[in-house]
Amino acid sequence: MSKNKSEYLINRKDNQYEVVIGLEVHAQVTSDSKLFSTSSTKFGAEPNTQVSLVDAAFPGMLPVINEFCVKQAIKTGIGLNAKINKRSVFDRKNYFYADLPQGYQISQFKDPIVGEGKVILDMPEGQKEVGIERLHLEQDAGKSIHDIDPDNTLVDLNRSGVALMEIVSKPDLRSPDEVSAYIKKLRSIMRYLGTCDGNMQEGSLRADVNVSVRLKGSKDFGTRCEIKNVNSIKFMQSAIDYEANRQVDLIEEGKIIDQETRLFDTKKNETRSMRSKEDAHDYRYFPDPDLLPLEVSDEFIEKLKSDIPELPDDKKKRFINEFKLSPYEATILVSDIEIAKYFEQVVAKMGKNRDIKLAVNWITGELFALLNSKNLEISQSPISAKNLSILINLIKNGTISGKIAKTVFEHMIDGDQDPQKIVQEKGLKQQSDPKALEALIDKIINDNREKAIEYKNGKEKLFGFFVGQAMKASGGKANPQLINEILKKKL
Amino acid sequence: MTDIPKQTLSELINNIKTKKISSEEATKAFIDRSEKSRKLNAYITDSFDRAIKKAKQFDQNPNFDLKLPGIPIAVKDLFCTKDIKTTAGSKILNNFIPTYESTVTQNIWNEGAILLGKLNCDEFAMGSSNETSYFGNVQSPIDENLVPGGSSGGSASALAANLTPVTIGTDTGGSIRQPASFTGTVGLKPTYGSCSRYGIVAFASSLDQAGPMSQNVKDCAILNEVISSYDEKDSTSVDFKRGKYSVELSKNIKGKKIGIPKEYRVDGMPKEIEELWQKGINFAKDCGAEIIDISLPHTTYALPTYYIVAPAEASSNLARYDGVKYGFRSKGDNLIDMYEKTRSEGFGSEVQRRIMIGTYVLSSGYYDAYYLKAQKVRNLIKNDFDEAYKKVDAILTPSTPSSAFKIGEKKDDPVSMYLNDIFTVPVNLAGLPGISIPAGHDKKGYPLGLQIIGKAFDEQNILNIAYSMEEKINFKNKIADWWIK
Repeated sequence: MSKNKSEYLINRKDNQYEVVIGLEVHAQVTSDSKLFSTSSTKFGAEPNTQVSLVDAAFPGMLPVINEFCVKQAIKTGIGLNAKINKRSVFDRKNYFYADLPQGYQISQFKDPIVGEGKVILDMPEGQKEVGIERLHLEQDAGKSIHDIDPDNTLVDLNRSGVALMEIVSKPDLRSPDEVSAYIKKLRSIMRYLGTCDGNMQEGSLRADVNVSVRLKGSKDFGTRCEIKNVNSIKFMQSAIDYEANRQVDLIEEGKIIDQETRLFDTKKNETRSMRSKEDAHDYRYFPDPDLLPLEVSDEFIEKLKSDIPELPDDKKKRFINEFKLSPYEATILVSDIEIAKYFEQVVAKMGKNRDIKLAVNWITGELFALLNSKNLEISQSPISAKNLSILINLIKNGTISGKIAKTVFEHMIDGDQDPQKIVQEKGLKQQSDPKALEALIDKIINDNREKAIEYKNGKEKLFGFFVGQAMKASGGKANPQLINEILKKKL
Repeated sequence: MTDIPKQTLSELINNIKTKKISSEEATKAFIDRSEKSRKLNAYITDSFDRAIKKAKQFDQNPNFDLKLPGIPIAVKDLFCTKDIKTTAGSKILNNFIPTYESTVTQNIWNEGAILLGKLNCDEFAMGSSNETSYFGNVQSPIDENLVPGGSSGGSASALAANLTPVTIGTDTGGSIRQPASFTGTVGLKPTYGSCSRYGIVAFASSLDQAGPMSQNVKDCAILNEVISSYDEKDSTSVDFKRGKYSVELSKNIKGKKIGIPKEYRVDGMPKEIEELWQKGINFAKDCGAEIIDISLPHTTYALPTYYIVAPAEASSNLARYDGVKYGFRSKGDNLIDMYEKTRSEGFGSEVQRRIMIGTYVLSSGYYDAYYLKAQKVRNLIKNDFDEAYKKVDAILTPSTPSSAFKIGEKKDDPVSMYLNDIFTVPVNLAGLPGISIPAGHDKKGYPLGLQIIGKAFDEQNILNIAYSMEEKINFKNKIADWWIK
């Protein structure tokens, strides 16, 4: 077994295999219009209602680059700590398919807009750096629909020409968990930047997964297989697990792994051969003569750099320094830009006497549980950051106990009510008047004389009994700290 | 007054502006002559009824400030015209009616012109004799069974036969200048990026350029002024300051330096072409130009370079004609079968040949040896011109290595056909403007043309040189209306 618990190795007889994974992520650029036309990119429209003459490749139609998409790609490149190429070239990738109207996809082959970069993953055993090979812009194809008409394939060109960023990683990933962390990190960065919404259900983020295996310790790469178009993290993990084991079995049986393109069957949970290397398309890439090389100036790039918001890695560092959060807490809070925003709003509204720790606990505890149970994003939270901050302050200043706060929280869900109002209306204010509490405790000690004597004689466990009685008598509103102090004194 | 169809564009404009004739009269006269000239097969689609309607509309509410007031014009069938069938001379677009208008034709209609119809051309502009058109050969008005040249063969024939006062063609490797030369007319290929390619059925995107064809240089300047415009819809369109070509047209070319490239004296060039060239040199001198010998050392590689670059781009540009979205579709057992049948039946043999060549030169393993190398040579050819233009203002060459040939004469010999473009192709590769003007006749009485090549965006200069030489040459086309009984 390996020293490192989370290391992902495949064991067979005397051999241990390591898995090598590289990803080609296709991320849809957040943009109102397509990469080379002015058609809308809105998701879920009626088929073929968002198609221009350019998207449908009518004779004599010409592509014109959408500057906004270029900016989005460069911003993403900056977010990936990558080299921005001041000169890039659009190429044609030629192949025939019914949902590819031009008979070629406009992509970037030799000269992509973004070069090498890197992404930092927070793994349980520490940080891991994953290299980015490149990022390039390309058009999406349309959609072939095979299951509506019994005799014909129907084509929907709404997606035809939509801008995608293909982000190619180096073969630096070693386990399904790392793949999951990588995808989540990419998505997080792009959502911070507003360059891709990362919505996998709507197909805004999908990946081709390259998998190979090798004996642990070997420096050489094995023959890789590419699993095409996997559209969820769970499927990616299952596909890698299946594919790695398949390859190891082949090696163990003394067989050869064919370099090929495979499909992941989500029902059977297995990968299947799609086409071999021999059958691979010859895409006949060449520079698109309808488009000039794309040239951007230093000023253009600098301007975009100045517009880049604080990204997750920096935000995390700041949270640790400024708010004294643990790295674990910080990682959770920065993982999604909306969570980070919510947290910062809560903190800002808490004012001077803020209790950050308490805020973190309430957000990652009660609030997350609530969102989870209702299947909501934090941006749809039924409780606003403002009201949650008020609730936390009520705990902090002793107006209510943590326990009562949970009751108040339950009431807040209904219509995002002000917790102060709830406390007042329901009379939930904490009893912190020492005299009143003393009287209450005197009565309890009087009513339980025998137990008080037992306690004095050394049965210390009984202290909890008295606390419980006091809380019960106060209807849960007594200030637990004061109860403790008074009890110690009186007993 | 001359017969309306025999009037030059300038005369027509003048006569309409001074109300000597109406747009309707002019339009009817060209329609009438076109109807009598069906034998030439210059038209693929006519829109005569619509043209008369438009002419009447113009006459009811005339605007004489426009540059082409009520002038009827027929155009090459490679320009997409809204609501009017556009075929590119191919079966595969046999039934295609665009819902949009090309920028170049829109510019013409915006100046008051009226569409007469769509003129025949080689299929997807691939050819030098108009023999590859799905809609049949075009006859040259010069002589029976003579090709008008290509690919803008219908345009050249219609123009020379006075079926349209001027016309527009497209020129990828000589498709305006060669047919102009074959039919005794003037044809200009503007600088790449001068005329928008939006709405023109693409052949080879980095070479295609629309341009005017006319009876004389002045008409050519008028039309070029109209069609040349910056267009955001074409990313290769260039936003340079366009001159008022017809207004600034001048016969004064005193002191202009004109280069004579020695490499254009190719082996086997007929003596009469050699003589024509010498005649041109003398005329240029008479006009006050200074003649300078120059060298364009990579000229011999231009033709092979062109026949790699153009088919490569074409093979990709024509991929969209797959039977899925529009145009001709053949029934197939499955998608691949449908593609194969549609494209085998929809494309003619020359188009298929070029798609095959283009696909081959772009294939992995061959790309570097062919396409990439061709691009490098293309740069060398460009550099040749840049070097030459340090010494001269323009270059004078023959337009073609021979006069027009008979229909069928070269049909089965593609290489001999490709050699037709030997003097015109380098100009496209370098993206420069070039104009062919009629300069004489061969022994058979067939027209011969001279080509003047200019610096990029220097159309005015070559128009001026052509204008000046035109006067000295005093060419008269010998057309006997043999096709009208």
